[in-house]
Amino acid sequence: MKQSITLDKVTEYVESGAFTSSVKSLGKRTLKFNSKKFFRNILIPLFSIIVFIGVWHLGSRALFNMEADYKIEKALNERGTEAAAEIESCIKSGNIACQPNTLPSPVQVWDSFQSLIADHKAIRADKRAFVEKTAVLNEKRLAAGKEPITYTGRPSFVDQILTSLETVFAGFLLALFIAIPIGVIIGLSPTLRSSFNWLIQIFKPVSPVVWLLLVFMIVKTMTKDSNSDSAFIISFISVGLCSMWATLVNTAMGVSSVDKDYINVARVLKLGSLQKVFKVILPSSLPLIFTGLRITLSVAWMVLIAIELLAQSPGLGSFVWEEFQNGAIDSNSKIIVAMFVIGIIGFLLDRIMLTIQNMVSFNKNEGV
Amino acid sequence: MAYLELKNVNKTYGRGKESTQVLSDINLEIEEGEFVAIVGFTGSGKTTLVNLINGLLEPSSGEVLFKGKPVNGTSHERGVIFQNYSLLPWLSVGQNVYMAVKEAFPKEKKQVLHERVKEYVDMVGLTPAYHKRPKELSGGMRQRVAVARALAMNPEMIIMDEPLGALDALTRGNLQDEILNIWSKHKRTALLITNDVDEGIYMADRIIPLKPGPNATLGPEFRIDIARPRDKTDLNDNPNFKKTRNAIIEYLMDIGEQRKSVSQKEYSLPDISPKSFVA
Repeated sequence: MKQSITLDKVTEYVESGAFTSSVKSLGKRTLKFNSKKFFRNILIPLFSIIVFIGVWHLGSRALFNMEADYKIEKALNERGTEAAAEIESCIKSGNIACQPNTLPSPVQVWDSFQSLIADHKAIRADKRAFVEKTAVLNEKRLAAGKEPITYTGRPSFVDQILTSLETVFAGFLLALFIAIPIGVIIGLSPTLRSSFNWLIQIFKPVSPVVWLLLVFMIVKTMTKDSNSDSAFIISFISVGLCSMWATLVNTAMGVSSVDKDYINVARVLKLGSLQKVFKVILPSSLPLIFTGLRITLSVAWMVLIAIELLAQSPGLGSFVWEEFQNGAIDSNSKIIVAMFVIGIIGFLLDRIMLTIQNMVSFNKNEGV
Repeated sequence: MAYLELKNVNKTYGRGKESTQVLSDINLEIEEGEFVAIVGFTGSGKTTLVNLINGLLEPSSGEVLFKGKPVNGTSHERGVIFQNYSLLPWLSVGQNVYMAVKEAFPKEKKQVLHERVKEYVDMVGLTPAYHKRPKELSGGMRQRVAVARALAMNPEMIIMDEPLGALDALTRGNLQDEILNIWSKHKRTALLITNDVDEGIYMADRIIPLKPGPNATLGPEFRIDIARPRDKTDLNDNPNFKKTRNAIIEYLMDIGEQRKSVSQKEYSLPDISPKSFVA
């Protein structure tokens, strides 16, 4: 997956660079003021952010000018000088109807971010009003044995984020409950390991899109009669199936490569086989299992966007797709907002997993 | 009948052409309450021998008898102190010992077990480190935990596989004394594997050298007739000590030489004599 490689590199850069160190230095709550540290961990990252925004701004302005020139020239060639002058003045006046559609500038993105938040607030207020309005009616309906009326309005941006998080956690839990038990069993038995190996090797590199189609084939048939939300089911199962391989492989490896000394201890103490698994083998492979889970979560989040985009299930992925199809003047900047939100949430999820991993790991330095 | 008896024990790793015979024709008898040391070069098959006795390995041929019965897997009657401590890194000192105690006395109440753990951790002087993880301890402290773990199971025989090999000289001396103390208190049978002749002489009743492998086998035994408790500084002036020490070292050097001369070619040297600068 080319996409995953580039994204991995991006996270790597973020981890090795300014973000981690600044977060760490804030986390330590050092009371002494260390000017060298302050310079390296706060000023330099701030400076790099400013440079990034500056380059972005200049780039988007250059693209804007290119697009505007092209538009004017096209009008000149097709409809003559008058039309060209009209379009030029229209662009300069900032009229929405004739703005060139290209990479949005940082200011535009910030504006869309605020408008998305405002939109969210409006929708929430609307929802609350709706609930209040239908409260009495719903009670009656419930008493009469009917389904209550629910709000069916458009979800806001924040709602989409929450839906995405819900889907990714459902998928992550599915991956966890499938991959860890199978990984442990495979790790314990060399025979099973070699019989499952081909399956793992073949299914591991399969693209999320194909998983989605496979899950779609099965779930579509199975949920034919029920009126449950099949888009959600399809997307979370696909996310789980795409992302579970890292945990599966890591668990199997951790379980099969337990230090021989620990096994000898278990034998000398005459632990039963179940006790051996739970008291010696599992604890000693926990660090590797958690490394796998961390990879699984980040893969799940990455894959989720693509799957939502295709499965038409609500969430950030479909938000991006709908905005792209929408083609409104602020659609592009909303997509960029979504991009940042996706990136930041992915980063936070990874940090959370790293913290948990460090908490369970008995070798504290191994985690990073 | 001896307490522990090895009869014509052979151990071969691998099969067919690639097999190597590590131990061949090992015969050993240890009486109850005796402290025996086996001294040998590194790589001579000492650990294999220990694992045969504690039941982690099975002999390819021959018999290992413990109290007249063939050894069949590990047993709580034979406590093992491993060369590299082998503590579980995710458990604290107390938990490491508790795990062993719980296995050795499955019917006892929790409180009794905890008392026992405390007693043995205290015995090796690690009560302050009771809740620490092995990673936070020094090498000597870790080995003491291993000692406490082995002894807390109340084994009838203690098998020690180079228990002090990785420690510095000072810690080593202290732990030697501690192990001797515990041994003399409970009069358990003990088998010590070591590569240090002095350690063997200081601690054991009998020393048996292990000729280096492949095909390692036991050499003639040396009795140490020095009254206990032994004192390290006095030991140096003891004529008996010097005699035994020299005899063992000479024996070991001899087999070392033999091993070398097997593989070495004879080179003819030019016949030259030093020049005289005087004349």
